[in-house]
Amino acid sequence: MATTASASAKAAHLQSAPVNSLPDPLDQPSTIHEAVLEEAAAVEVERFNLWYGARQAIFNVSLRVPERKVVALLGPSGCGKSTLLRALNRLNDLIPGVRTTGDIRLHGDSVLGPDVDVIELRKRMGTVFQKSNPFPMSIYENVVFPLRIDGVRNNKLLDEVCERSLKASAIWDEAKDRLHASALALSGGQQQRLCIARAIAANPEVVLMDEPCSALDPIATSKIEDLMLDLKQEYTVVIVTHNMQQAARVSDYTALFYYGRLIEYGPTAEIFQRPRRSETADYIQGRFG
Amino acid sequence: MSERRRTSLAARGEPLVWLLGAGQVLASVMILGLLAFILVRGFATFWPKPIERVELADDRVFLGEVAREETFRPMREEGSAEAPAAQHRRLLRTGNYDLYGDDFKWISEGEVARTERTADAVLIERLEWGPFIGFVEEFKSGGRVIAATREEAWRLYEERHATARATWKEVRSLEKGPLGAIFHEINALRLELRRVELAHGREAAEFAAAAARVAAEQARLLGESLAIGERISALKEEMRKDALVLSEVGGARIELPLYAVVRAFRPNRLSLGGRLGVYFARWGEFLTDEPRESNTEGGVFPAIFGTVLMTLIMALLVTPFGVIAALYLREYAQQGFIVSAVRVAVNNLAGVPSIVFGVFGLGFFCYLVGGGIDALFYPEYAPSPKFGTQGLIWASLTLALLALPVVIVATEEALAAVPRSLREAAYACGASKWQMIRRVVLPKAMPGIMTGVILAMARGAGEVAPLMITGVVKLAPELPVSGEFPYVHLERSIMHLGFHIYDLGFQSRNAEAAKPMVFTTTLLLICVIVMMNIVVISVRSRLKRKLSSDFF
Repeated sequence: MATTASASAKAAHLQSAPVNSLPDPLDQPSTIHEAVLEEAAAVEVERFNLWYGARQAIFNVSLRVPERKVVALLGPSGCGKSTLLRALNRLNDLIPGVRTTGDIRLHGDSVLGPDVDVIELRKRMGTVFQKSNPFPMSIYENVVFPLRIDGVRNNKLLDEVCERSLKASAIWDEAKDRLHASALALSGGQQQRLCIARAIAANPEVVLMDEPCSALDPIATSKIEDLMLDLKQEYTVVIVTHNMQQAARVSDYTALFYYGRLIEYGPTAEIFQRPRRSETADYIQGRFG
Repeated sequence: MSERRRTSLAARGEPLVWLLGAGQVLASVMILGLLAFILVRGFATFWPKPIERVELADDRVFLGEVAREETFRPMREEGSAEAPAAQHRRLLRTGNYDLYGDDFKWISEGEVARTERTADAVLIERLEWGPFIGFVEEFKSGGRVIAATREEAWRLYEERHATARATWKEVRSLEKGPLGAIFHEINALRLELRRVELAHGREAAEFAAAAARVAAEQARLLGESLAIGERISALKEEMRKDALVLSEVGGARIELPLYAVVRAFRPNRLSLGGRLGVYFARWGEFLTDEPRESNTEGGVFPAIFGTVLMTLIMALLVTPFGVIAALYLREYAQQGFIVSAVRVAVNNLAGVPSIVFGVFGLGFFCYLVGGGIDALFYPEYAPSPKFGTQGLIWASLTLALLALPVVIVATEEALAAVPRSLREAAYACGASKWQMIRRVVLPKAMPGIMTGVILAMARGAGEVAPLMITGVVKLAPELPVSGEFPYVHLERSIMHLGFHIYDLGFQSRNAEAAKPMVFTTTLLLICVIVMMNIVVISVRSRLKRKLSSDFF
């Protein structure tokens, strides 16, 4: 498979992390704030473990993503937060040698089982990647791609979806006059917002964002952060970031990861102002990471 | 204060840059030199040269155009101590092969007594025997001399030549068109009868009925052909009336019917405009007419047509095969020992001598596949084959096989260059693997695939060896596209510019006469390939623009 080279490079990187020299407190159970448990969950992760080959990358993580909230997965590079996000829509399936235990449920439906129709599952989630990746097609075709592959041929419906998605991702005004121009002619920030429009075109239950602003300049970043606040009116959003300010600005809940463990999970204000674990306090004050 | 350090020459890499530059210059000079050589020689062929009358010291006289000149050192004579001095000599194209038994004559400077450009000298390109160089003495019509002076005869030639040629062309088109169609029909009837015979046997009632019907049809067609034959005879009678009486420089006279004159002109009297006229008329004939005189004269239109058609069919065949193979190898096959072995095998296929592909094509495509088709669908053709022999489709298939590695390698590279992020984005949208490949990967890889097709076409169009044995012949009687059903005759053998070059250069009666044509045909082949490539490259750049610009 052509996709394996860089993926296994990342796996090798994770494997080289000095897992064995971890300080003891890491093996403590995650600290979960009670506030999280009171909300209705869109996604539930239970005692989830993940291995790249022989090396474990995620340790016994349990996490509830509340409905119509923004949850930030925070942590230093290589802590497994992107891996967890990719486990939610099973993009990790593309990497050979990945093995999991535990359970993930999307609105009660199991995500991990071998019988799960992965294609249908992915249609229930929208994903935005670190680097904007519009398809080599027109802006219009990019947005309606999820519907096209679903076999939708009703042009009126496609037009509606295109307009609604582009408006929801705040790029309609820039794109409306060039819907049939190539998406690759857009700027980096515009391309990323186009990818968000594509991710929400099929009305997903959850929007997954993997460091969506890390390749963007501050102005484009702030536009996308505003957009996330709008998105949570309708969608559940999980965002991976290593930028603490971003997590503080956009998220309702924050989960701190460290070396594959979920350290602490709770309302963002609590995590940043009254962390219950010393590791959280250290990370937030910049002592590691 | 310390001395300021300077970056060493080696560190800055300048010598390497010079080396690279020199290598590039060398490569460019070789390529451009070859192209310039072919261009100059190719374009010069048709330019009318002056005719010189050379008198030798021993009273022999020659008339001809100077083909080329050179300096040579004669052999040392036996017993003489000194080497003889270098001498200059000219190659005179005297033409008149029917009279002299030779087309060319070397004349050394030392033998020449007198050289002049005779104003009345005429060069006649005729249907047979190559050019005639001499004088037009008389003009005959119906066996009677109606013009007895050179001037008068030339005037009459100019007046009547076009009509005579038009009549000749009419005869030719009658023979090829309606008469040819009738013979095709008669042959088709014979085959139909044979088919009935094979199906029902000779004694069956069906056979008797078919035989009666075919006999009636054939009688009708024969009647039609006789009518056309009469018309042709009448035209031939008419066109044989006018003739030129020619004399060569030694005084011998011959008679040449006017219709057999393709083109005649007096090179020493031509103005620049006249020369240009002759030049472009010759180019026109070369590009649009059929060859004559075993390919050394006339045109190469069937060869152009065959080359282009065969290359296009080859591209149509090789592209889907190559793309499918590369898609499977790169996207679907489990990477491992077997796939690596297949990949190595594909790459090595590119190193197999092309003649081996030809032999394989002959054995597998022509005899096995073609023979099988004949046995299954065309039993009535036996014992002569229809598909089971050399043919356009088999030559194209053989070339497609030959060019397959190029397309596979280029497509694999193009597929590998599609970023992983795009594939993941498609998966994340809920695309299946096939949807991902079909809608995202293939469009993105298309320019790279086109590059492979361009390379394959260039490789295929320039190939000769495998074609000689799978479908290309010296002289194809009919084009593979015609007005008769099914219009495209893939089983017919074709002519090809590459083979034409080989044939001219090494198989013709007179290599010296054919040499300029070799350059001209090479030039033409290069132009044809360039033109086909320009078409594909423009399609590719449109695709690239579409992928990256505002205009979709």
